[in-house]
Amino acid sequence: MMRRFTAFNLVSIVLGFAFLYLPIVLLVIYSFNASRLVTVWGGFSTKWYASLLENEAILDAAWVTLRVGLVSATIATVLGTMGAVALVRRGRFFGRTLFTGMIMAPLVMPEVITGLSLLLLFVAVDFDRGFWTVTIAHISFSMCFVAVVVQSRLVTFDRSLEEAALDLGATPLRAFVQVTLPNIFPAVAAGWMLAFTLSLDDLVIASFTTGPGATTLPMKIYSQVRLGVTPEINAVCTILVALVTLGVLTATIATKARAFSPQAEAR
Amino acid sequence: MKAALGAVRRSFQPWADPAAKPFITFRGVTKRFGQFVAVDNQTLEIFEREFHALLGPSGCGKTTLLRMLAGFETPSEGDILLEDKPLAGVPPHRRPVNMMFQSYALFPHMSVEANVAFGLKQDKLPKSEIGDRVADVLKLVKMEAFARRKPDQLSGGQRQRVALARAIAKRPKVLLLDEPLGALDKKLREETQFELINLQETLGLTFVIVTHDQEEAMTMADRISVMDHGRIVQVASPAEIYERPKSRYVADFIGSVNIFEAEVDNVTPERIHLATTDGFDVACDADIAAAKGQTVWFAVRPEKVRISHAAPADAGINAVAGEVWDIAYFGDMTLFNVRLDSGRIVRASAMNAARIVEQPITWEDRVWLSWSADAGVVLLD
Ligand SMILES: Nc1ncnc2c1ncn2[C@@H]1O[C@H](COP(=O)(O)OP(=O)(O)OP(=O)(O)O)[C@@H](O)[C@H]1O
Ligand SMILES: [Mg+2]
Repeated sequence: MMRRFTAFNLVSIVLGFAFLYLPIVLLVIYSFNASRLVTVWGGFSTKWYASLLENEAILDAAWVTLRVGLVSATIATVLGTMGAVALVRRGRFFGRTLFTGMIMAPLVMPEVITGLSLLLLFVAVDFDRGFWTVTIAHISFSMCFVAVVVQSRLVTFDRSLEEAALDLGATPLRAFVQVTLPNIFPAVAAGWMLAFTLSLDDLVIASFTTGPGATTLPMKIYSQVRLGVTPEINAVCTILVALVTLGVLTATIATKARAFSPQAEAR
Repeated sequence: MKAALGAVRRSFQPWADPAAKPFITFRGVTKRFGQFVAVDNQTLEIFEREFHALLGPSGCGKTTLLRMLAGFETPSEGDILLEDKPLAGVPPHRRPVNMMFQSYALFPHMSVEANVAFGLKQDKLPKSEIGDRVADVLKLVKMEAFARRKPDQLSGGQRQRVALARAIAKRPKVLLLDEPLGALDKKLREETQFELINLQETLGLTFVIVTHDQEEAMTMADRISVMDHGRIVQVASPAEIYERPKSRYVADFIGSVNIFEAEVDNVTPERIHLATTDGFDVACDADIAAAKGQTVWFAVRPEKVRISHAAPADAGINAVAGEVWDIAYFGDMTLFNVRLDSGRIVRASAMNAARIVEQPITWEDRVWLSWSADAGVVLLD
């Protein structure tokens, strides 16, 4: 049975959600504003979306962001999954608790520190900064998120399934690919989505590690906003919000869905 | 049914032949988990086409022994040999051994057919042959109608059949079964036991089965290894385990038994004479080396104890009097609990051969219990 809302509950929920989402809603609304002035409503229009298509600088930045996102999310998913498997499967090796803790740490590490330390690393090894440094930086922090998501699925995965595959003559790699992976796939997909979304909206770490010709969308937006908010920026942000929402929703649904649900397939 | 199989099997006794080569050998195998010793320096030989049961209470190391044979655990010490070749260093996927898991471990994302075909695909057999062999084994376990179902659309018994089909599809040299019938109800269990025996006969495989159900081990196995705390305490045929247990532990673990502590009184070439602490004397066929004055135990099973109102002819020996304490009527037989004067309860069972008995034995009757010289065994441990 659902508990009835009391007046107090209702007020707190409305206030809480308003505080969270009102700014975003405003941003979305003003992206359809016909007026050039950001705070004055001048009627409905999609002209800022059209003019966006002619803004080379923003389109370039979007393209960089997308590439960084796709490449870093994919590599982070592979590495993060491997890390999770090692932590869950390797049994009790020396310092396992330490490693498990260490994989969590980047999740709470201030981004400024992550960004700065990566910058120092790239400078130290004399790595030309640009697309690949941003991508590597994104891999390094989103990998941890993937590892945590996949790890939580792996601990509930029945080990004897993998043993059965080995017993039937599958090499360890085949056993993993043909038996373990299909069963933990939703978690892996959710990890990828998460990594992609994180990469998409990262500003701090990207600013530290970027170089010429690799300006990401959040960086572009930030630098433009300092010159004054234009409705064009609102339009870009609206698209970003839509993308991130889609990513998070897909990740959530994928985690909840059972791996290749047999019922779903049979019916 | 069992009688027929018994006739086939009567001549199968490779362990009695000193020239016979064992198929699987555990040689001085120890397995430690940290400080804990799960298997303690054990040696065991299993022969080709043998149906061998590992029997013991929970936690005694049965699964560990099986997993070492399958390659999922590495012995801390000792060797495991298959056809005289050491298995050390051979990973699980290269061992000609297949296992049927306690939890079945069917792949949930594959159909029954794909589950059974999995092992054959790893061997890269041609497609048509895989198809034929999958169809064959599914027919063997009577699951051909369910080939396209997913494991979670099957009942427990059906899943167990699929797991069995998957394990035998590769025609392994050795089939390992870890409590294969644990999840089945009694009736299905008995049916499947018979099917397993049949299957083993037809395929000519070597079976090693783990169970903690003594009846299951007795019905199915050629030989049983009784285990206790990481040690194999006796390896013998079911009949020998039952009739000639080597220790109180084995005697008590298999079936029901009366055990009396006793002191050796006299040893002659034919007989050992004992004086029990319950105040009666025993003369037992001597098949064990015991010295005068030694403390031993005398074990006799309830069905070998006669119960009567009248004192037996030679009441001074292999007989004791008591009072009927409790009676359990089972239809085909009746179990009497008789309280000796020493206070000990002794079990005796009698077949109900006649419908009407003139003077039935009833509660609080004074009765005599007696047995013949070959009815019981003397245990040193
Ligand atoms: N991986 C492990 N780490 C630590 N101890 C273990 C491990 N595997 C088994 N053991 C211990 O070894 C002992 C024997 O275990 P095993 O699984 O062989 O028992 P079993 O005879 O199969 O029992 P059951 O009838 O309950 O299945 C148990 O006490 C168990 O706790
Ligand atoms: Mg077990």
